[in-house]
Amino acid sequence: MAWTREEMAARAAKELRDGFYVNLGIGIPTLVSNYIPTGMAVQLQSENGMLGTGPFPYEGEEDADLINAGKQTITELPTTSFFSSADSFAMIRGGHIDLSILGAMQVAENGDLANWMIPGKMVKGMGGAMDLVAGVKRVVVLMEHSAKNEPKLLPKCDLPLTGAQVVDMVITDLGVFTIDKHGKGGMTLVEVANGTTLDEIKAKTAAHYTVAPGLK
Amino acid sequence: MSQGKIYPNAAAALSGLLKNDMTIMAGGFGICGIPESLIEAVSASGVKGITAISNNAGIDGVGLGVLLETRQIRKMISSYVGENKLFAQQYLAGELEIEFNPQGTLAERIRAGGAGIPAFFTKTGVGTSVAEGKEVREIDGARYVMERGLVADVALVHAWKGDTEGNLVFRKTARNFNPLMATAGKVTVVEVEHLVEPGEIDPDHIVTPGIYVQRIIHVPDPTKRIEQRTVRKRVMA
Repeated sequence: MAWTREEMAARAAKELRDGFYVNLGIGIPTLVSNYIPTGMAVQLQSENGMLGTGPFPYEGEEDADLINAGKQTITELPTTSFFSSADSFAMIRGGHIDLSILGAMQVAENGDLANWMIPGKMVKGMGGAMDLVAGVKRVVVLMEHSAKNEPKLLPKCDLPLTGAQVVDMVITDLGVFTIDKHGKGGMTLVEVANGTTLDEIKAKTAAHYTVAPGLK
Repeated sequence: MSQGKIYPNAAAALSGLLKNDMTIMAGGFGICGIPESLIEAVSASGVKGITAISNNAGIDGVGLGVLLETRQIRKMISSYVGENKLFAQQYLAGELEIEFNPQGTLAERIRAGGAGIPAFFTKTGVGTSVAEGKEVREIDGARYVMERGLVADVALVHAWKGDTEGNLVFRKTARNFNPLMATAGKVTVVEVEHLVEPGEIDPDHIVTPGIYVQRIIHVPDPTKRIEQRTVRKRVMA
């Protein structure tokens, strides 16, 4: 058995460091907030204009003026600040956010990312994803390894890109890959999920990658 | 005594400002902090061919969704419209034009427009379809795409509190695009939940100075909808 969504989120939480400012995308990345180690100071940024997002409110305490980027009702913390969308993206594009964890439809072996559009089919828009991958110091993708048995880790993305050479790490239900997005190191498999084999990963991955020494 | 900036209702505040084929900015993120009374008055006016600049398109029947239902919008400049089914239908049928902007690019275009900056360079969108047809320049070894500032004929803004001079304060995440849009409208019309006299807001707390605001209406106790109600259970001690 591969990693569950919860186990994937827990693995992604290992990328957090004390003092980090972090933006979590919608979907599995949101679950990462449940695995912040006790005693570690991590401030979560929500790109609609809030730093220091708190948990969901208790029933009856929802505030329509207090939502996250997924439009879910949330709460404040003592550290919270509010600001405009321009200030929010100045943080993101100015390189002040340490880590972005987001979902993807496709990732290429050179770090290209596609997660916003399926031509002729899906017209939702990119929201803040293009800004996040262009501006945040480190970009971690958290996604299922395959979609309906089609590989999502590819030599080259065939969907329209969200960003070119932007992904540093990919965490899937089968394992963890690092990407040397600015160098020539390519993609490396660095961890294998419990109950998965190197052969299974090889069969389900179209991208070229090397296997880290000692991995089995 | 002069009427000043205060108008009795949304229709009065918009009188003389609306015409076909105009550009309107509307604040809000999802349906949080949207200028709902002002949007309804635009709907009632019947103006058509609107280019609407707004991060989202509301939801079906709420916010800009109202103007989509009445087919008053010809083009949207937005970053994300995923929650509006009618939008997808009209777009796929070729009845509605859409220009998707990355959210930070949209925010910065509006900020720049309001500050008299006609264009700027950003890393966002380089190597993607967003950069197609735009100047890409290498600066200090990295590639950047040129984006243009945005202004509108009218900006519609929702604020929590405002004084009669137009000094504004926003509440929590209902701030979002509202302060930027206030600077980028040739005429900026604001609805405030609490209308107070000058001096009642601490000058240090004012987010939008009144110079950006031309017309104000008071909308006490507006209905605020929640798009995704998420809660946790109270654990009894």
